[in-house]
Amino acid sequence: MYKNLTIRQKQIVWAWAFLAIPVLFYVVIRFYPTGNAMVISFQDWNLLGDRTWAGWANYEKLWNDPVFWQVFRNTFVYLILGTPISLVISFVVAYHLDKTRFMHGFIRMLYFLPFMTSAVAMAWVWRWFYQPVPIGLFNNFLADFGIPQINFLRSTTNALPAILAPAVWAGLGFQIIIFMAGLRAIPQSYYEAARIDGVSNWTVLFEITIPLLRPTIVFLVVFSSIGFLRIFDQVFNMTTGDPGGPLNSTKPLVLQIYQSAFTDFDMGYAAAQTVVLFLILLVVSLLQLYLLRDR
Amino acid sequence: MRLMNPKAMAVAAATSASALFASAANAVEIEYWQYFFDARVTAMEQLIENFEAANPDITVTMTHFPYADYRTKVAAAIPAGEGPDVVQLFYGWLNDYKAASLIQPLPADAFPADTIDAEFFPMVSAMREGDNYWALPTAVRSLALFYNTRIFEEAGIDGPPETLDEMLEIGAQLTERDGAGNITTAGLTMGMTAQDHHWFREGLVRQFGGEPYLDDYQTVNYNTEAGLEAMEFYVGLGADDGIGAIGFMDEPQAAFKAGRAAMHIDGSFRIGSLNNTRGLKWGVTELPATADGMRSNYSSYWVNAITTKAEGEKYDAAVKFMQYVTSDEAMQIWLDTVGELPAKPSVGLTDENANNPVFGPFIRGLEYANTTKFVNESAQRQILIDLVERVKLEGMSVADSLAIAAEAEQALLDEFYAGN
Repeated sequence: MYKNLTIRQKQIVWAWAFLAIPVLFYVVIRFYPTGNAMVISFQDWNLLGDRTWAGWANYEKLWNDPVFWQVFRNTFVYLILGTPISLVISFVVAYHLDKTRFMHGFIRMLYFLPFMTSAVAMAWVWRWFYQPVPIGLFNNFLADFGIPQINFLRSTTNALPAILAPAVWAGLGFQIIIFMAGLRAIPQSYYEAARIDGVSNWTVLFEITIPLLRPTIVFLVVFSSIGFLRIFDQVFNMTTGDPGGPLNSTKPLVLQIYQSAFTDFDMGYAAAQTVVLFLILLVVSLLQLYLLRDR
Repeated sequence: MRLMNPKAMAVAAATSASALFASAANAVEIEYWQYFFDARVTAMEQLIENFEAANPDITVTMTHFPYADYRTKVAAAIPAGEGPDVVQLFYGWLNDYKAASLIQPLPADAFPADTIDAEFFPMVSAMREGDNYWALPTAVRSLALFYNTRIFEEAGIDGPPETLDEMLEIGAQLTERDGAGNITTAGLTMGMTAQDHHWFREGLVRQFGGEPYLDDYQTVNYNTEAGLEAMEFYVGLGADDGIGAIGFMDEPQAAFKAGRAAMHIDGSFRIGSLNNTRGLKWGVTELPATADGMRSNYSSYWVNAITTKAEGEKYDAAVKFMQYVTSDEAMQIWLDTVGELPAKPSVGLTDENANNPVFGPFIRGLEYANTTKFVNESAQRQILIDLVERVKLEGMSVADSLAIAAEAEQALLDEFYAGN
């Protein structure tokens, strides 16, 4: 039978033969658990006993749970503050770093270093930075100048930005590298033409650089949005003891899911929230791709 | 009669082969699981060594996991026939484990319930059902007041406080603040995230004349006059002119370990890590009493149980192992290694143990201790954390915040008991 196939068909057979392994892997490791999570979201399960059908009960509980809505809001605050701030900073750094020759590699390495650091170690170091007197770096500094200390983490208003800051900082290195690759990909001839025409630097930036960076920006917006929507490590480690910060002020959806699953052992509720997170990620990604599409 | 089908024959062959191997090796291997905590692992290694010396035909293999993964792994492994034969679990999880058929009752002939009632400290009876015990602890825990002897001596205070009023007085004397009013040395550590929520529930509420729960811990009862007074007392400790601050040095035990706090309420499990802290000189005393001498304490424990996976000779071996880990000898080893208190008065209240300067206050505390029947300890703890945060961070009155907390905890209890 194989002999009767055309060369084109044989190529397809071989391609699928090789693809079978990753496809199988994805089915077992990704798609099966995803489907299973959707099933569990309609069940009651405490990990130990049998699963029983619960209908829409988990979704009703979620709809009526004030903590869920608080967490929902927090998650979007992380996204709405985190993505633009990190993109603007990383673009500014990349733009200027691109023009710098002096110690270029070293400076680039310095920016990239936090990205390579373990999020857990970093979160704990920042957690200590934020402590009150006598151990907190920032507050000791303030106290030296006689300024009243600031409650960074033990505050319902300051805690979220305080946790967001190291998360933004840690992601900068990666975004800078991607931006620089994007900047390098813009043909020099456009800039030369602009210089001959004598346009200002601002015009060059807004008429050449940023429009031609569109694919890079699209990639980074989607990538960093997903990152902020899934924020967990920083929050978990900076708020252990009172997970999610005082009165849930910093708790993101992923941490809430983790707690429902592994401290309350309410797998059905955790799965229902996971399905919601999945839908949010899907909608946000599609929306961004639509808004930033090539016209 | 028809011939056996090939599948049945294969099963039969495999069964007889495994039976052959088992008898050839002439040793039963059972598996023991606990969560990872350095001293507990060391203590269990020693118990296993002694047990194997006494029972050469039984081998015990211990596996331990980080606490965070423990329950998940146990739950996944036992139904798959892979897990432990004897397992350690928190007393509060017993109902879940029973309902899921992960554990089986201890045999009444080896563990007669009435004898256990007579021999163990009374809070253990929560593990009894009819004529059977489902699980038994090797050790129990209680709370006590740790104090930094160096700070006390420098201030010329000759002994730890006996009553709550004395604690306030000494605490005020030892609290140090910088020019801006920030605490630099706390009189007393504070934090519902640590052990204070137990101290409030079973200690302060009772000492102020209340009863934290009714109906066998199914009804919240701290939103009362006594509960309010107890909470106001607690919140007052962290007031601007108080003797402590929540969040000081990040964690209460860290502040005490660093010598930045004069007094610290914690469990007996903290002894080991304080002993390993260089440069820290500390003592420990019973939780402070009320002015008329009333004391109350909280006790909790981890139990060992036989899982449903253990059958046949493994079951017999598991029973023997359970008998050993709940023996007087095992309890003394556990006390010496982990610092957790013996579950039987016959070991705990020996003159040597009860008057031991370190363990004594905890052991004496067991006599007036209560065990909260948590349905979800971390969620119930979170409710008290939030109670205090609403007062401290949002300026809510203690009475309002206490009412919200009581309502939230009651909802949690109702949900659990409705489902079981």
